[in-house]
Amino acid sequence: MIRESGRFRVVRYVAYVVFGLFFLLPLYSMLDFSTRDVATGARTGKAWAALVQDEVLRASIVTSILLAVLTTVLMLALLVPTMIWVRLRVPQASRLIEFLCLLPLTIPPLVIVVGISNVYAWVSYLFGNSAYTLTFVYVVLVLPYSYRAIDSALSSINVVTLAEAARSLGAGWSTVILRVILPNITSGVTNATFVTVALVLGEYTFTSLLNFPQTMPYVIAAIGKSDAPVSVAAALGSLIFATLLLLLFSLLGRRNRSAKEA
Amino acid sequence: MSKLSKAAPWAGLLPFMIYLVVFLLAPTITVVVGAFQEDGRFSLVNVNELFSSTLLTVLWKSVLLSGVSAIVGAVLGAFLSYLIVTRPATSVVRRVVTAAAGVLAQFGGLSLAFAFIATLGFSGIVTKAVSSSLGLDIYGNGWIYALPGLTLVYTYFQIPLMVIVFLPALDGVRPQWREAAVSLGASTWQYWRQVAAPLLTPAFLGALLLLFANAFAAYATAAILVSQGQPITPLFIRAALNSEVMLGRQNLAFALAFEMVIVVSIVMAAYALLLRRASRWLR
Amino acid sequence: MTTAPEASSTGVGVSLVDLRRTYGTLNALDGLSLEMAPGEMVVLLGPSGCGKTTALRILAGLDRADAGEVRVGDKEMTHVPANKRDMGMVFQAYSLFPHMTVRDNVAFGLRLRGQDKGKRLKRADDMLELVGLAKFANRFAHQLSGGQQQRVALARALAIEPAVLLLDEPLSALDAKVRVQLRDEIRRVQLDVGTTTLFVTHDQEEALAVADRVGVMNAGRLDQIAPPTELYARPATRFVAEFVGLSNRLAADVSGGGATLLGTRVPLLDGSVESGAGHALVRPEALAVAADGETNARVVSVAFLGPISRVQCRLDDDQIVIAQVASAVAAHLVQDQPVRVDVSADAVLVVPD
Repeated sequence: MIRESGRFRVVRYVAYVVFGLFFLLPLYSMLDFSTRDVATGARTGKAWAALVQDEVLRASIVTSILLAVLTTVLMLALLVPTMIWVRLRVPQASRLIEFLCLLPLTIPPLVIVVGISNVYAWVSYLFGNSAYTLTFVYVVLVLPYSYRAIDSALSSINVVTLAEAARSLGAGWSTVILRVILPNITSGVTNATFVTVALVLGEYTFTSLLNFPQTMPYVIAAIGKSDAPVSVAAALGSLIFATLLLLLFSLLGRRNRSAKEA
Repeated sequence: MSKLSKAAPWAGLLPFMIYLVVFLLAPTITVVVGAFQEDGRFSLVNVNELFSSTLLTVLWKSVLLSGVSAIVGAVLGAFLSYLIVTRPATSVVRRVVTAAAGVLAQFGGLSLAFAFIATLGFSGIVTKAVSSSLGLDIYGNGWIYALPGLTLVYTYFQIPLMVIVFLPALDGVRPQWREAAVSLGASTWQYWRQVAAPLLTPAFLGALLLLFANAFAAYATAAILVSQGQPITPLFIRAALNSEVMLGRQNLAFALAFEMVIVVSIVMAAYALLLRRASRWLR
Repeated sequence: MTTAPEASSTGVGVSLVDLRRTYGTLNALDGLSLEMAPGEMVVLLGPSGCGKTTALRILAGLDRADAGEVRVGDKEMTHVPANKRDMGMVFQAYSLFPHMTVRDNVAFGLRLRGQDKGKRLKRADDMLELVGLAKFANRFAHQLSGGQQQRVALARALAIEPAVLLLDEPLSALDAKVRVQLRDEIRRVQLDVGTTTLFVTHDQEEALAVADRVGVMNAGRLDQIAPPTELYARPATRFVAEFVGLSNRLAADVSGGGATLLGTRVPLLDGSVESGAGHALVRPEALAVAADGETNARVVSVAFLGPISRVQCRLDDDQIVIAQVASAVAAHLVQDQPVRVDVSADAVLVVPD
């Protein structure tokens, strides 16, 4: 162990403080800004109350949460069976699938929006005009992060061996996927879910450019021009929500792990 | 094995493939094709306009914004990563920083924009604090709602992303290399210059490129902070779609989107190459 | 392979004086003292946690002792930083710089010392020749096998003509066959160059094969340091007797400077119980098995190991012993056959019950 000089230790702690301030300041500002009356400067919970009282805002929060749930379900239904299938039956396709899943990182969401109006003309023809149709394109946006999360979970267990063992004991394919493999990749699934929810709750590009005014980000941005404290409260609220979700998932993950080890 | 049964397993991939074709590839192809069309016919008019001085300036501003925020984010993020990599994995500081980086990197563009409005906007907390205590007006002409402000805001996002991407690379630097170098007579500076820096350069450059692509493709933050004008490419696309200043310039939007794809693809291809080199050394 | 070297011009003596090192509540070194003669290869042998690696790292300067002295030649080195100690070190694994060619790796130490390019590359090539890897000079670490990487690491450590060569379990990460080849290689090179060398390992066969002297460490202290043959035949403590080679434990009765076991009287080694009952530690090859005459045991099993065989016997008083005999003798033995087990040791260590 090579000891570091005392001088560097000072640098280290100063750096922690500076970074800490830089990152905490905007968060604190959000809290302060959203609890102050713009005109008088007095403390007020008005902005936060609006989250539940303002009808448009409240409806949009519900819509976005539902949208997040739908996106998560569709993403898992599409991605998990496909990835397991690749490992079990078509391992040659793994590089292709990986490339395709990481492709959305190279194609900016903005570009997809620009080119998707034809497709969404069909979508609204088939499914109507609700904001929930955004689910389809959100799944694509979330693909790279979900893929990585599920892939690393699948890599840590020996999928082929587990499946072969289950099959040799008489299990059908759905049993293999649902009752053998899925319970062992819960960490990957929860990570993917977290990323999905966080992304949907903050997604603005598609909502605004495809004109779906019912979602929370759209409403927040619209309110922001006239009533900034409410928007800031909503933005901070969704950040806190995402953090709580992350904590919840990591706690569940830890309990799962210790249950497995027991 | 008959041809049919050989192909059968691939059929299991069909749902996924079809989904991607419809919702990812089709739009991309629409963009690429549409960039070379005008009034429903093949035309280079829009692609040519990409080279007009207006659009080149806009592109340059985008590159500048992405580049500066990437470089600042990369350097500061690498420094922060270095500070925590020498701590053991269970140390409080390391876990806090890693978790915070994970959360902040998910900080959507929307929340980020409002965070900075709350901090440095006209009635922002810091603006008010500085003006009441030091009598300085840091708001000025609203620099936060223009390029300089965007750069600062983007950096807030780039640093955590850098920590997430670069920390594993730093972890891959084995202590035996430092000890071997030291036992052979290297001073700390010599070790960094001749062993650690060359080893980390591909990983650092790769992460830098990733940050660049990330900033270049970003839309939401800029869209909220900048309500008038279109200083950068993504905002020009917004204008072209919403026909504020231009009427029916849909195909120009395609051309601009095409330009974005090209830039990001080049950057990501370079990133992939550097990643391969880095992972070979820093496994 | 353990002939003592002639007085060497490149080697210097090393002294470790009463080193102590604790990590929190763990006592890693508890008063270790060791003298190394110039050109000598000393092997520190012991189980994990005995402190051997700590001692090596303190000598290298990568760790600092809480108390005690380190002297190299006639210089006091205790507080000299690691990069100024003129020592070459070979690590267990992963120590080659992956971004440099093999040749550049070997030349690295010389580059740090400011040698000009032509000279240092030539010296690097000479060192690679010495370890038999001249053809690999332009390759990279990931293109070499584990054994080849360690040979490059050795060449790199020796290129700077260090006063002391330090080897930290250099063979532990390698396959069994490579390990045997490489340990002979290391010894050959060390004798050739004549550098004083400290080699740390947990493998007792390795230690016996290459060392001039072996120091057996136990819980931070040196139990015994002696040439391999002496260590094997005349262990000073029970730990040494049981850690190095196999030992049978036979009930023995001690009186008048000798022990009586299996009807035979055997002289005592220093450190034995002075009188009364105890257990004698007897090597398998010191036991003979005969099928004729008065029997005192029955055969339990015979393990054929090629040139020799190990015969497990149950004595009439229910003790189990393992004797090592020539396979020609063991070939005639069958399970449950009555046999006579005799002891023919020069001296035994008798430990209390």
